[in-house]
Amino acid sequence: MSGKDRINVFPSRMAMTIMKARLKGAQKGHSLLKKKADALTLRFRLILKRIIETKTTMGEVMKEAAFSLAEAKFATGDFTHMVLQNVSKAQVKVRSKKDNVAGVSLPVFEQYQDGTDTYELTGLSRGGQQIDKLKKNYAKAVELLVELASLQTSFVTLDEVIKITNRRVNAIEHVIIPRIEKTLAYITTELDEREREEFYRLKKIQEKKKILKDQAEKKKKKLQAEGLMTDSQPNLLDNEEDTDLLFTD
Amino acid sequence: MAHSSARGRLIAVIGDEDTCTGFLMGGIGEVNRHRQPNFLVVDKATSIAEIEDGFKALVTRDDIAIILINQHIAEMIRHIIDVYTQPIPAVLEIPSKEHPYDPAKDSILRRARGMFSAEDLR
Repeated sequence: MSGKDRINVFPSRMAMTIMKARLKGAQKGHSLLKKKADALTLRFRLILKRIIETKTTMGEVMKEAAFSLAEAKFATGDFTHMVLQNVSKAQVKVRSKKDNVAGVSLPVFEQYQDGTDTYELTGLSRGGQQIDKLKKNYAKAVELLVELASLQTSFVTLDEVIKITNRRVNAIEHVIIPRIEKTLAYITTELDEREREEFYRLKKIQEKKKILKDQAEKKKKKLQAEGLMTDSQPNLLDNEEDTDLLFTD
Repeated sequence: MAHSSARGRLIAVIGDEDTCTGFLMGGIGEVNRHRQPNFLVVDKATSIAEIEDGFKALVTRDDIAIILINQHIAEMIRHIIDVYTQPIPAVLEIPSKEHPYDPAKDSILRRARGMFSAEDLR
């Protein structure tokens, strides 16, 4: 395991420097990602809380809307078919904007009115007030639902992003950093080993030299004892008779 | 994302007659050039396969941002809704006249339940 799970590098001082830089980078990245995950989770919990609130409000609003539909039906008579058949262009549309949370863009829906009311004349003969109320109630419901939809979209997106971020944090923490650390340890042991070898070699060479020197000394002593070699060197300054080499008479 | 944010997008409805009528009165209905409406009325005669096809068709349209679906209809095609995880279009479950809203059945709230304790959901 420990032998396999490291980066394949040649153990040298330079590789160690590079590895140290990488370890530093990985640690920095880890802390940054962790911060990002925290920020996202904070937002996520906020959104979740608001979703739950809005969902409960939605129940009430929908109940009111349904009730006003029943009222309108009672006052006007059944107009459902007429409504369902006379669809042309949407009056309420949504536009999506982007909201940025820790580098994650979340879509936010925003509704806007566009064009005129298709059902202007519905309930002209009778029940106009009820129809009006019905329209208002459903417009309110749509507004709420658009808000809920953007919350829910953010929820789904954030959920996904948080999962990815946590996966990355864990990958760095449990895979990348240990691997770099192992590589560093490997390089250190290898360098130490080489240093010890070098030391040993130096010692060995010294020993050899010493032996050689001893041998030479012994030989010299032996020769001296036999009288074949003397310690004394001829003195150049001594005024000895030198025979001329060139100008011989 | 590839969607154009400048262009307005629609809200689609899958629901019973009353729900659809109500939201159409709210002004969300539109029929496009291919005569395809952005709503689907589900009554007793509508088969589950039809709802499935309608849902799939609405999900793949790129001019729709939100899909509202009655919860009792969502129950019928729960297997498809649970598989659907795209953020856009957002699928929202809404109560209908006869069926009150039950948070325990909602796909999103079911996912949220794991992270929140029981009293938060109430």
